[in-house]
Amino acid sequence: MSVALVLVEHEGGAIKDATLSAVTAASQLGEVHALVAGQGVGAVADAAAKIAGVTKVHVADDAAYGHNLAENVAPVAAAIVKDHCDYLVAPATTTGKNIAPRVAALLDVMQVSDILSVEGPDTFTRPIYAGNAIATVKSSDAKKVLTVRGTAFAKAPAEGGSGSVEAWSGGGDAGLSSFVGAEIAASERPELTSAKIIVSGGRALGSSEEFHRLIDPLADRLGAGVGASRAAVDAGYAPNDYQVGQTGKIVAPELYVAIGISGAIQHLAGMKDSKTIVAINKDEDAPIFQVADIGLVGDLFKLVPELTEKL
Amino acid sequence: MKILVPVKRVLDYNVKPRVKADGTGVDLANVKMSMNPFDEIAVEEAIRLKEKGAATEIVAVSVGPAKAQETLRTALAMGADRAIHVQTDDEVEPLAVAKILKAIADEETPGLVILGKQAIDDDSNQTGQMLAALLNWGQGTFASKVEVDGSSVNVTREVDGGLETVKLSTPAIVTTDLRLNEPRYATLPNIMKAKSKPLAAKTPGDYGVDTAPRLTITNVVEPAKRSAGIKVGSVDELIAKIKETGVIA
Repeated sequence: MSVALVLVEHEGGAIKDATLSAVTAASQLGEVHALVAGQGVGAVADAAAKIAGVTKVHVADDAAYGHNLAENVAPVAAAIVKDHCDYLVAPATTTGKNIAPRVAALLDVMQVSDILSVEGPDTFTRPIYAGNAIATVKSSDAKKVLTVRGTAFAKAPAEGGSGSVEAWSGGGDAGLSSFVGAEIAASERPELTSAKIIVSGGRALGSSEEFHRLIDPLADRLGAGVGASRAAVDAGYAPNDYQVGQTGKIVAPELYVAIGISGAIQHLAGMKDSKTIVAINKDEDAPIFQVADIGLVGDLFKLVPELTEKL
Repeated sequence: MKILVPVKRVLDYNVKPRVKADGTGVDLANVKMSMNPFDEIAVEEAIRLKEKGAATEIVAVSVGPAKAQETLRTALAMGADRAIHVQTDDEVEPLAVAKILKAIADEETPGLVILGKQAIDDDSNQTGQMLAALLNWGQGTFASKVEVDGSSVNVTREVDGGLETVKLSTPAIVTTDLRLNEPRYATLPNIMKAKSKPLAAKTPGDYGVDTAPRLTITNVVEPAKRSAGIKVGSVDELIAKIKETGVIA
């Protein structure tokens, strides 16, 4: 039976949801192993072993792996895949996208990026041209490296598995890079890629102050994550990690509320798989209305406070 | 320090891609092609580093058909000093491109290679990371800030939760994200000047790289279309309709 190694993404001792989607994709390919790399990650490894379907967890615990540096983590993943596995499956997050191609090159294989489905042991679908086309791709490499679009696969249950845990040693610091620091926004709100409801603001909000004055209370009322269009991020109304779109985050919540977003192709590419899309925009011809299930044309500065109040 | 900047010719970002009826791909006949937007940002960053005195020479590289020369001329018009065109009419996958770039980096010994984080045609987001692996160099991907400091470079990266900064010893790889800079437009005098800048013509064979694809695209289709829904006339109606979906009580 084939073995697929899932690169576990974790932060602050918790496994991220994108990992669970990757486990689901991996389980369609064979037996699922997991790689937990980091510093002081014993508890994360135990949690990974409990994910339904995971039969073995390889743990690389060393200061060198503490900040997900690709230069240090990729050789570990490559070594384990080389010896034990047929696939590497990584979430298509910024961490997965950073590490997986480095592993692929070390193994001399062509990665299949951002897969939407597993059609067979060597065949996958993936979006190209910002999701304007879906390609079916067949790999001829003996070992395969995949990144997985989280919204396209259900999350594997975090409980129910009883995998074994095995320490991996070797590797260490490649001496090429070091972690300097991070500015990670602390937020009480749900993370965009796993939020059930998302409220996103666009350039029509006009300023950072208005963005937060109008979008934040609505999001809080709905228990929603907050997103933004690229135009709003470029204009400085919202930080980069809010960006929903082809080059930002790909989301598919049950409810997506687009406020003052015109609906550029690159934004639609990031949210058009949402279950229900609501759009509020003063321009009735805005492209966002071509994908919205429920549209309301009008002045967002009046309508959004009213909506927040009445919900 | 020399900077190597690979650039790719792709469907212009303003053109809506059309899937061919026979399912073989996207129609590229008679449509506007341009430099991949992330690569423009890479060229701009290299020029800014040169203007700041951190770089001495910028070499643009493109792997692709004869017309990729136009893309290289654009890079030269923006401010690159010379160009290398690795000509092939075949589709070259990121792994093979990375192998060609490795051979060029071995010859040119740049201090930095700055690439776009992804090309907007195949959206692979692989070449920079693969090149870093093949060269065994550090990689600063999805960069929103690049600071060269002697024999190292600090790269601030756009990550899912915010921003992260890593320090890489040079030589190193940087891949660009959208907010690194705003690329300049080439001026007419510079476009004229670019015509006489050196452009070397090469082939993948010159670098001993086998470009046979590892992946086969068996079918390309349009994604399921989403159709427009209804428009409501008031906030009350909007709330009623949202409640019908059952997402909120």
